[in-house]
Formats: sequence, C-alpha cells, structure tokens
Amino acid sequence: MKSHYLNEDYSVRSWLLTTDHKRIGILFLLSITLFFILGGAAAVAVRLELLTPEGDLVSAEAYNRLFTAHGVIMVFFFLIPSIPSVLGNFFIPMMIGARDLAFPRLNLLSWYLYMAGGLLGLSAIVGGGIDTGWTFYTPYSSVFANGQVILAATGVFIAGFSSILTGLNFIVTIHTMRAPGLTWFRLPLFVWAHYATSFIQVLGTPVVASVIALVGIERLFGVGLFDPALGGDPLLFQHLFWFYSHPAVYIMILPAMGVISELVTCFSRKRIFGYEFVAYSSIAIAAVGFLVWGHHMFVSGQSMYAGMVFSFLSFLVAIPSAVKTFNWTATLHKGSISFATPMIYTLGFLGLFAIGGLTGLFLACLGVDVHVHDTYFVVAHFHYIMVGGTVMAYLGGIHFWWPKMTGRLYPEFWGRLSAMVIFIGFNLTFFPQFLLGYMGMPRRYYAYPGEFQVLNVMSTAGASILGFGYLMPLCYLLWSLKYGAEAGPNPWKSVGLEWQTESPPVVQNFETTPEVTQEAYAYDAQEAEADAS
Amino acid sequence: MHPESRFLAHHFDSLEQQHEAATMGMWLFLATEILFFGGMFTAYGVYRSFYPQAFVAASHHLDVTIGTFNTGVLLTSSLTAALAVHAAQAGRRRAVIGFLVATMLLGATFLGVKGFEYHHKFVESLIPGHGFVFPGPHARHAELFFSLYFVMTAFHALHILIGLGVMAYVIVLTRRGQVTPEHHPSVELTGLYWHFVDIIWVFLFPLLYLIR
Repeated sequence: MKSHYLNEDYSVRSWLLTTDHKRIGILFLLSITLFFILGGAAAVAVRLELLTPEGDLVSAEAYNRLFTAHGVIMVFFFLIPSIPSVLGNFFIPMMIGARDLAFPRLNLLSWYLYMAGGLLGLSAIVGGGIDTGWTFYTPYSSVFANGQVILAATGVFIAGFSSILTGLNFIVTIHTMRAPGLTWFRLPLFVWAHYATSFIQVLGTPVVASVIALVGIERLFGVGLFDPALGGDPLLFQHLFWFYSHPAVYIMILPAMGVISELVTCFSRKRIFGYEFVAYSSIAIAAVGFLVWGHHMFVSGQSMYAGMVFSFLSFLVAIPSAVKTFNWTATLHKGSISFATPMIYTLGFLGLFAIGGLTGLFLACLGVDVHVHDTYFVVAHFHYIMVGGTVMAYLGGIHFWWPKMTGRLYPEFWGRLSAMVIFIGFNLTFFPQFLLGYMGMPRRYYAYPGEFQVLNVMSTAGASILGFGYLMPLCYLLWSLKYGAEAGPNPWKSVGLEWQTESPPVVQNFETTPEVTQEAYAYDAQEAEADAS
Repeated sequence: MHPESRFLAHHFDSLEQQHEAATMGMWLFLATEILFFGGMFTAYGVYRSFYPQAFVAASHHLDVTIGTFNTGVLLTSSLTAALAVHAAQAGRRRAVIGFLVATMLLGATFLGVKGFEYHHKFVESLIPGHGFVFPGPHARHAELFFSLYFVMTAFHALHILIGLGVMAYVIVLTRRGQVTPEHHPSVELTGLYWHFVDIIWVFLFPLLYLIR
C-alpha cells in the first residue's frame, strides 16, 4: 500500500503532536463538526419552543440561555474556523505547491487554542449557561447577567487567538511559499479569498479580544469601563464589538466565496469570468467591510450623521459582492454544466446568497432598519448569509475535496439528495422568518402572539427537514471511508494543483515541487488537449 | 553542505525564504498587537473627551518623576536590545548574551518600579472598585481614569513579562550556538518585539502622566 499522510503513523500521539497542515485540517474538521452538532441541538430546542405561541417547553430563562448557546457556539466555534481552518488549512499549501504552511507549529497551537477556547465556552454553557446573546452587550453582560459570562468570554478570547494565528500563517504562506511560476494572478481564487479573510482575522480579532477582556475585567473587579452608572459608555462597547464582529461576517462568507469560485469553474468546465474582478472584489469586501460596523447601531443612539455614513458604506459593500455573483453566473453561461453534488450546493449558494445579500440592503437602509431592527427579518437575513451561504459552500467544498482528503468517493446519489433536502429545508425554515420579522415579531422572545403561529410551525417543520439533511452527509461520508470507491488522484478532472498529486496526498504533498505554467481554471486548454489526443 | 543549512526547516526551500517568512510573521503579529492596544487607546480617547477635567485631576495623582525615570529605563533597554542584535550580526556571542541580560535587568527594573507605583495607589485607595476614594468633585470619572490606567499598564507589563521569558529562551539558544552572523532571527525578532513594547509605553506615558 502507498504511504500517505493518513497511514504514515496511526498513533494518537502522532495526531496530537502533528505539524502536518493536512492532519491539523482533519483535527479541525472533527472538532468543528462536534461543535456544529452541539450548536444544532440548541437550535432544535429553540425551534421546538417556538412551535406554540405560549412559552411551554422551556422557561424564559432557559430559552435565553439556549439561543445564546446556539449563537456563541455557531459563530465563534463553528462558522469562523469552518472553511479557513479545515479546507484552507488543508488546501492552501497544496494549491500553491508548498510542503506546509509557513509556521507548522503555530498551526498546531492554533488548534489547541481553539480547543481550549471551545471547551471553556462549553463548560460555561454546561455550568449554568449565559443569557446575554452572542453579542455580550454591556452593561447587561458586565453587571446584571447571571451566569458564566467570564468563563464564556475567556473561551471566546482564547479561540480568537486561534483565528489570529491561522490568518497570520496564511498571509505569510501565500506571500513567501508559492511554487515557481505561480504568480499572484495565477493563484486560485480560493487562495485570494483566504488572503483577504486573513487580513480581517489578523486586524479585527485583536479588537474583540481587547473589548472582551475589558468586559471580563469589569465584571470581575466591578470597575466601570462600560457601566453608565460609573460614567462608562455602553455605546463604546458596541462600537468596539462590531468593529470586529461585523467584519467577522466576512470571515465567514469570503472563504465560502473562494470555495464557490473553485466549484463553479470545475463543474462548468470553464475559465472563471473576470478573474481579476473576482480576486479584487475579495480585497474590496475585506477593506470596505471594516467600515460598515455602525449599521448595527442605527437605533442605539449613535449620531444621525454617523448613521448616514455607515448606511452609505454598507450599500457600497454590496457592489463587490454583486460583482462576484454576476461573474459566477456568467461563468455558468455556455459552460458544460454537470450536476454533481458540489455543483448542486454551488447553485444553492448562488440563490440563497443573492436573497441574503439583497435583504442586507434593506437593513442598510436607515428608515427600513428602524422598522425591522431586532426582528426575525434580521435573523432570517443573516441565516441566509451564514447558513445559506457559508454552510452550503462548506458542505459543497467538503464533498468536492472529500476524495482528495480521504482517497474515497462518496455515494453520488445520496450526495445529491441531501443537497436538495438541505436546500428545501433551509428555505422552509428561514423564508417564513422574513415574513414574521416584517410583520413585527421580535427576536429573542420565547413566546409570541397567536397570529404568528402558522409561519412559526412552517419554520420548525423546515428546521426538522434541514436537520435531517445535515445528518445524511454525516452518515454516508463516514460510510464512504470504508466502502466508498477508490477516488484516484483527480476524479473531477480539475486543473487545480491540489489534484495533480495522489489521493490522499503524500506527507510532503508533492513528490517534486510543481512548476506552474498556466493561469488558474485553464479548463479550455484542458478540453483542447483532450480533443487533440 | 552549507554550514547554515542545519537551520533550514523541512518545508522551506532556502534560508532566505525562511527568514522572509519569519520576519513577515513577526511584523504581522505586531500589527495585531497594535489593534489589541488600539481598542484600549480608543476607550481612553473617548472617555478623555467626555470627562477632560476628571482626567486631568486624576492624572495629578500619578508621579511624573517616577514615570520619567521608568521611561528612561525602558528606552535604555531598547538600546541594549538593539546592541544585542548588532552583536549577533558581528557574531560576538558573549556580547549578545551580555546585552540580553542587561535588557532583562532593565525590564525587570521597570516592572519593579511599576509594582512600587501600584502599591502606592493601593495605599492611597486609588484602586478602582468598592474601596476607591478620590477627593474633589470628579471622583466617579476619576475612577474611570484609574480603571484605564490599571488595565492599560497591566497589559503592557504583561507584555514586558512575556518579553523577559522570550529573552531567557534566546539566551539559551545563543549558548547552544544557534545564533550565527548569518542566522539570528531569534535575536532579531525578539529585538523587534521589545521595541514594540517600548513604543506602546512611549504612548502610554504622555497620555497617562503628562497631559494635564
């Protein structure tokens, strides 16, 4: 049997002390899946409570703790690390023809920090929970909230450093370790997207770390940093929090966009439409994304003029996002499209991201936002981006690269079926929430007036379908590890560098350092070659 | 085989590439540090503009003489750190160790003086929280000043402490012969970090002690 990164050493020690970016990617895959299941379980409880207008399943207190657990776990311990730490970790070095990331030990440290943060967060949730919402707004979080705020905040603080180290590692790797001939404009767009993401991780995360530390210190020592009773300013907290936490949304969506660029080209056998525009739009989203945080505070008492500027800038960030969407659509045009599972996820992403993005414009609009602020409209909007966008792309990417990571093919029929079940379940869950929000149902309440029940029942029914859809890949992907067909090096006939080596890859990724002679997505050249022979 | 190639990690093609990566990584790390302190500097700026009189009154309770002395200590330590890098380039291993030890001593002096100042604040009941006592009309907002003073200087002191640990490690590396004229990223990057910690203080000192 051939030696590769998985069978080279089976000991637990060899996994826990590995510095191989591929193995660390797998460690992240396993751990974020665990957190996804836990966060999903909290969502199930939330949706069950909302089946009836009365608060009957759980108490108001417990409900607050449930949606906070869902938010904290999904944002900090699943979505932010998801694509970068799993797929980025595994594939950036392979896509640029390198043997590893620039700092392999730092990469392992990043996983340990993530686990330490995640376990602290989890112990906070198990040991009493937190009811602040994932946003930790002061002075509620720092003075009044009962619960394990300090423990949870410490968890988020530590996990933040994991994210910083991952971003730092990616930037240095992309700058210094590209294979001969791999110029910046030959890089796969997945790499460009992660490059832009990394800057947000490196420059945004320290700010939330600092503000979370201040909240912890305020709560621990009773000093008044954000407490108005002591002269502090809660708005300052919101500014510092959203300075990171809005760009954090781009930490989630930009890598997803990178995945989509890889998938849409491979399954329409075409060069990407407008490579430079797609590449630069990632940078534009990261840059402008740093200047829009105030749109979370339109009704928090920030000045009207600040509101107008933030509104304008929020509209502006839609432009590079639209550029990408149009370019992916144009890539599909006259392509030889095949509906493999990753492509179904890609098409799902395009539709859901369009809805999520356009409803974002409603929220960027000052007047409309006053009406829908803190309603289910907002909840539906960001779930269309985070779940409809990021999770769809993540699953599409996992299916696409599964043969490379494991050497096995997943069952295509079940793959397609689950992609469609997830798409249907997702829309049934979240589309009614747009309507609920527009009708005025506020978020974060465990009871609601009876006239909202029909839509809420639809949403809960959709969530059940969605949950079932997520369980399917979990089962058949595990099944494929043993029973799946051998994948071979390049089952999708992709032109990406990561497919030009064995599946699973050898420890050093490539037998010899590859030399790059053409641009990314040269599918037309590949087709011409196939025709000639 | 080139004598320096024993330092080459398996995933790099050349030492040049390895150095470039290490240096870039350090600069990026320092950028994250600026943003980390940036959150606190922002908080300081906002509250100072809200309560200028209280901040002036509170600032008068800090001892400028001690602050100036400590600034001098830290700036001198930056000099010895730079001399350590210089000695590494010249391959004078004993001088490297000597300058690093001097830097550590100066850093420790800074921490000692800081601890003395903290103790003084404790005696004067200027520790924010329930026991806080401040004469005059601005007591509440002066407490905010002291909250920021303690948080910012404590985070700075933590960075000094980490720097001392790192330098102890670099001394061990130097003794083991891991520092040569062509290859001394450990000394160079520690120097970079130390200068950064120094610069943070250069901003903290006027903001907390001097603007009155």
